[in-house]
Amino acid sequence: MNSLPVWPIMLPLGAALLAVIWPRRSAWIGIAAGLATLTAVGLLMAQVASRGTLVHALGGWEPGLGIALRADALAVALLLMSSLVALAAGWYATGYFRDADRQSQFWPIWLLMLAALHAMLLSADLFNIYVTLELLGLSAVALAALGGGRAAIEAALRYLTVGLLGSLAFLAGVAVIYARYGTLDMLTLAGLIEPEPASWLALALMTAGLLVKSALFPLHFWLPPAHANAPAPVSAALSALVVKAAVYLMMRLWLDLFAPALDPASAWLLGLLGAAAVLWGSWNALRAQRLKLLAAYSTVAQLGYLFIFFPLLAALPAGPARDTAFGALVLMALTHAFAKSALFLAAGMIQQQAGHDRIEELGGTARALPVTTFTLALAGVALIGLPPSGTFLAKWQLLSSAFALGQWLWVPVVAAGSLMAAGYMFRVLGFAFGPGDGAMQKLVDGREELPALLLAIVATAVLGLGAAALWAFVAPGALLMGAQR
Amino acid sequence: MLFAEITYALTGIGLFALGLRGALLRRSLLGRIIAINVCGAGVFMLFVAIAYRGPGQAPDALPHALVLTGIVVAVSATALALALGRRLRDSDHE
Repeated sequence: MNSLPVWPIMLPLGAALLAVIWPRRSAWIGIAAGLATLTAVGLLMAQVASRGTLVHALGGWEPGLGIALRADALAVALLLMSSLVALAAGWYATGYFRDADRQSQFWPIWLLMLAALHAMLLSADLFNIYVTLELLGLSAVALAALGGGRAAIEAALRYLTVGLLGSLAFLAGVAVIYARYGTLDMLTLAGLIEPEPASWLALALMTAGLLVKSALFPLHFWLPPAHANAPAPVSAALSALVVKAAVYLMMRLWLDLFAPALDPASAWLLGLLGAAAVLWGSWNALRAQRLKLLAAYSTVAQLGYLFIFFPLLAALPAGPARDTAFGALVLMALTHAFAKSALFLAAGMIQQQAGHDRIEELGGTARALPVTTFTLALAGVALIGLPPSGTFLAKWQLLSSAFALGQWLWVPVVAAGSLMAAGYMFRVLGFAFGPGDGAMQKLVDGREELPALLLAIVATAVLGLGAAALWAFVAPGALLMGAQR
Repeated sequence: MLFAEITYALTGIGLFALGLRGALLRRSLLGRIIAINVCGAGVFMLFVAIAYRGPGQAPDALPHALVLTGIVVAVSATALALALGRRLRDSDHE
């Protein structure tokens, strides 16, 4: 019995408790836990690469009564993304929260969020996924409210109520599954699900819940205020990781568990909503007055691209073409996570130094904060989808699959979205490089700019140039549950 | 299908719909929080109905365990919502 999948969950969870017990050491505990988690994920990744998917029955209880953890290539790739982004954002947070009280409030909830996220990625039981979805939602809301201002608390409350309705819809879908199939273990379910009304009802309910959580247009309305008003490291994690979790579950359900029971045409609904999200989110990012609001609307748009992959993947028969498109979807999700967290951390740095994040008053930023401005530009490269970023390759694959399948509709959407992304990123850079009164305080410690820069470099260069390795790692597991049959 | 099971299931669906309507339409925060709890109770009722296995037979224990977990989650979520609501009210007085 291999217990490695337990550690990415237990390390942050244990550290969260320690951070409550020793509030004054919480930052050290958090960073140490982040490093340890990253190590555990690295070991897990090596095992999955050499031996394939790992399944671990928690406490030795076999599924049915017990809960299984399952680490496959997709889950591990996202685990690596989350532990890297969380480590960088946590490192940034040690400088961002100046007083000790804020640090001691931040770290326990932050670590709890990480534990919930990792438990969700590794869980192979539908009810356990509901529980982790709730834990993730609750800790994310608590983090979003840390800003303390009226706008932040209002946004957090809306985030909470909307999220709760979403998870209840998901739970109702779980109930339908149990009533029909008598099990919630996904490995058992994978061979059982039939194309029949009960399966479709369950999928519709779970999808409705997850669409709220993944902020797909038109259910995105809660995201911009919640992400824009949270403290910068929290915004980074919410935009990069927490919404991705719901997208990950959508991938598991639509492309994997329920795939045999679905008409490929039904995924068009997700694709169309995704296309609307790309256009609507980009348009609002273009019009945003504040940098963090721009970043939040850009998240709405970038999540839309992920959903455009669904009708393509549903239509592609199993084989190399589908594996390639699946790898592109994962690459797009990963690149967005690194680029968007870099953008939010850079925006937070500007907000702290200038006292505001109004885009039109950013003049002089390039002189006062050259590294941060460079980070903005690098993150922009990845968000627009210029080479050599991972987004460039992913969009390329998206377009070539669309051409191959004759799904022409997605081509103008991707083109328009990329143009608008260029528009909003160059608008920010235009003001940042423009003349300004230099109201910026001199940065005390240049090292504070480093985490965001590293994240942006991963998004733009590492994921783009190293994409082949990711593809080779993820693609063979593209038919996840199916491979187990 | 048995009368008791169907009654419970339909009540559950009715509560879910009622709660959903309240959560979307209510203006006051307290009203919305209560509506979400009603909505949750509807889902839990559905699980209770699923557990029924016919007269004279012990009910399926797993859905009951799930409902217990669900209640714990619902209570924590309600507590967080109320705490945030109080923070919001306090910020009005300042």
